[in-house]
Amino acid sequence: MKKSGAEIFVECLLREKIDTIFGFPGGVVLDVYNVLFDAPLRHILSRHEQGAVHAADGYARASGKPGVCLVTSGPGATNTVTGIATAYMDSVPIVVFTGQVPTRIIGNDAFQEADIVGITLPCTKHNYLVKDIADLARTIKEAFFIATTGRPGPVLVDLPKDVLAAKGDFKYPERAYIRGYNPTYEGHAGQIAKVVKIIARAKRPVILAGGGIIISGASEELRQLAEIGQIPVTTTLMGLGGFPATHALFLGMPGMHGIYTANMALSEADLLIAIGSRFDDRVTGNLEEFAPHAKIVHIDIDPTSIGKNVRGDYPVVGDAKKILSKMNPLLKKEEKDWLKDHEEWLREIEEWRKNHPLTYNNQGKKIKPQYVIEQINEATKGEAIITTEVGQNQMWTAQFYKFTKPRTLLSSGGLGTMGYGFPAAIGAQAAFPDKIVIDIAGDGSFQMNIQELATAVQYRLPVKVAILNNKYLGMVRQWQQLFYNRRYSYTCLNSNPDFVKIAEAYGAVGLRASEPEEVRPIIEQALAIPKPVVIDFEIDREENVYPMVPVGASIRRMLLA
Amino acid sequence: MADKIFENAKSRHTISLLVENRFGALTRIAGLFSGRGFNIDSLTVAPTVDPSISRMTIVTRDNGQIIEQVIKQLRKLIDVIKVVDLCEEDYVEREMALIKVESEPENRAEVLRIVDIFRGKIVDVSATTYTLEITGDEEKLGALINLLKPIGIIEIARTGKVALGRGNKVLKL
Ligand SMILES: Cc1ncc(C[n+]2csc(CCOP(=O)(O)OP(=O)(O)O)c2C)c(N)n1
Ligand SMILES: [Mg+2]
Repeated sequence: MKKSGAEIFVECLLREKIDTIFGFPGGVVLDVYNVLFDAPLRHILSRHEQGAVHAADGYARASGKPGVCLVTSGPGATNTVTGIATAYMDSVPIVVFTGQVPTRIIGNDAFQEADIVGITLPCTKHNYLVKDIADLARTIKEAFFIATTGRPGPVLVDLPKDVLAAKGDFKYPERAYIRGYNPTYEGHAGQIAKVVKIIARAKRPVILAGGGIIISGASEELRQLAEIGQIPVTTTLMGLGGFPATHALFLGMPGMHGIYTANMALSEADLLIAIGSRFDDRVTGNLEEFAPHAKIVHIDIDPTSIGKNVRGDYPVVGDAKKILSKMNPLLKKEEKDWLKDHEEWLREIEEWRKNHPLTYNNQGKKIKPQYVIEQINEATKGEAIITTEVGQNQMWTAQFYKFTKPRTLLSSGGLGTMGYGFPAAIGAQAAFPDKIVIDIAGDGSFQMNIQELATAVQYRLPVKVAILNNKYLGMVRQWQQLFYNRRYSYTCLNSNPDFVKIAEAYGAVGLRASEPEEVRPIIEQALAIPKPVVIDFEIDREENVYPMVPVGASIRRMLLA
Repeated sequence: MADKIFENAKSRHTISLLVENRFGALTRIAGLFSGRGFNIDSLTVAPTVDPSISRMTIVTRDNGQIIEQVIKQLRKLIDVIKVVDLCEEDYVEREMALIKVESEPENRAEVLRIVDIFRGKIVDVSATTYTLEITGDEEKLGALINLLKPIGIIEIARTGKVALGRGNKVLKL
């Protein structure tokens, strides 16, 4: 029996075991929406296509499964670009389906036509324009295959209206075979053995774990590696949760707003074992002065990450989990008292930790943002799924929430997209209806996708939004304070709306805390409400994020509180 | 001058690629070069014996360690099947040019003599012009162009380089 393109599309999603998609309809995808109307598949209607993509991204980051997004042509498609670029930078497996004008008028500047394949060429792992219904099923199979394998990433599939309307035979391929695409998973055995010897010889080793640890599901192997070798661990923003923040060997996040001890350890190490990290400039600071005494072992699934920013003295290409599970038994076999060998190094680290702990001044009558996060951490026992916006809120979260499990911090690291956190929280909540999901937000960022309150309310997704409301684009203001002589040019948000009333107007619950004593009770109150809740924390407006490494400086040159 | 050409040639890399013969493949490759700030000196592309695969020859200049990144980034593209830097081995390269020169009565003999020396061909003649066809490596084309310049080159079209590894060095699936 012949099926329409729209039916084939939905059938393919079901074959991929997709149970939830995020989208927004329009003219050229009407046929698909007509099939979705009674398909055994949940469609969550966002209020802006950017919200739909971020939600698909949050769903994917929280669950490890691909996130799916469906939008119409033209403006629907262009509205997805920020979300796609966000997912691309952080290697998130999402598949974005865009409607397109009929094939015969493509290129004619037709109504709601945009060359979305051209536009997203540099921010997708791969993209497709399907011109023939005969290619539809295979293309969708390939799209999911590419998005979810190797170094994951977003794939876009552009679906012209006539292809969706045409009739064709349906046959879903069992496997995708793409001759130009063969990711390397197994690390080179000889190289792994060599790396083991290098690690055994090091006196001052440190592990730098990035998002790759979480993507490959290697947290357990990482913990074993650290414990066998008695090697301290720092995780990048993307790697937080990949190693328990409560572990004695944990140093905290490094980089521009990194923890003193983490930055010093990197600067003084004789061996840096980087796993699934691409050495972003926010991590390394001045490259010339980064890890100046260290040999570098670089384990990454993406060969282009190796040697791009930092010389990798001992590269190993492959999947972190696979490589670590081969390395650990070899390390165990080394006849060596690791603890004794690293005693001096660990003692030095302990000194840094003791002398320069992460602190803030919690005196006075104003709510400190760091205090709010500590309280959220305690109230949720470090086990909630936390999303962040971008700015000070993001850095304070990274510093003060004690992430203990992978896939519990969802944050736009590479692109730094304000407006990411709230829709991402909606996506995560859709994946895990029973978990606590909290967006730790800035007042500026929350307003970038505030319309998604309607989505959360409509689908009864009880996400919590904790706004650290400083009535500023706080991170930018901080730079202006420190480097532009306090000239607060266009960063003051004095005319913020009343977030409590906004929440109520959308049918969510709005709460406000203005004094430190109110913080914990309000958090408890919010967590007990089985509905979306927005909490407006009126915080000390000019609180800054410290430590801070000025742009272009070595990460050991930290401004401290 | 000769020195300069030689120096340029040294920092240059000739990369051979097998790519899917599919719309968009060329755009992706060109986009990768522009997006990451790599240079393209020349790029040629045409189908191979297998019509589903095209062979591309890209000549690029290396500023530092970049060539390794270029090749890794190219390999990462889904439409790219195989990549090799021919400069790591021995290879032959050729380029063809069509050159239109002024043909005044007093220099006709000169043009014909030069074409003959370079084993070129006259492929079009008019009252005032000669169009000649020449094939060779970079140095040969450069030398010919230098000789013709004083006579008067009206226009020139070059194919860009194509190249193959010598002997058993074969780029295949
Ligand atoms: C879409 C987008 N636009 C601009 C920026 C630049 N930017 C980075 S942080 C920031 C301020 C964010 O303000 P807010 O959300 O209130 O967070 P705060 O720093 O005050 O916690 C801005 C404007 C960005 N990251 N993303
Ligand atoms: Mg703010």
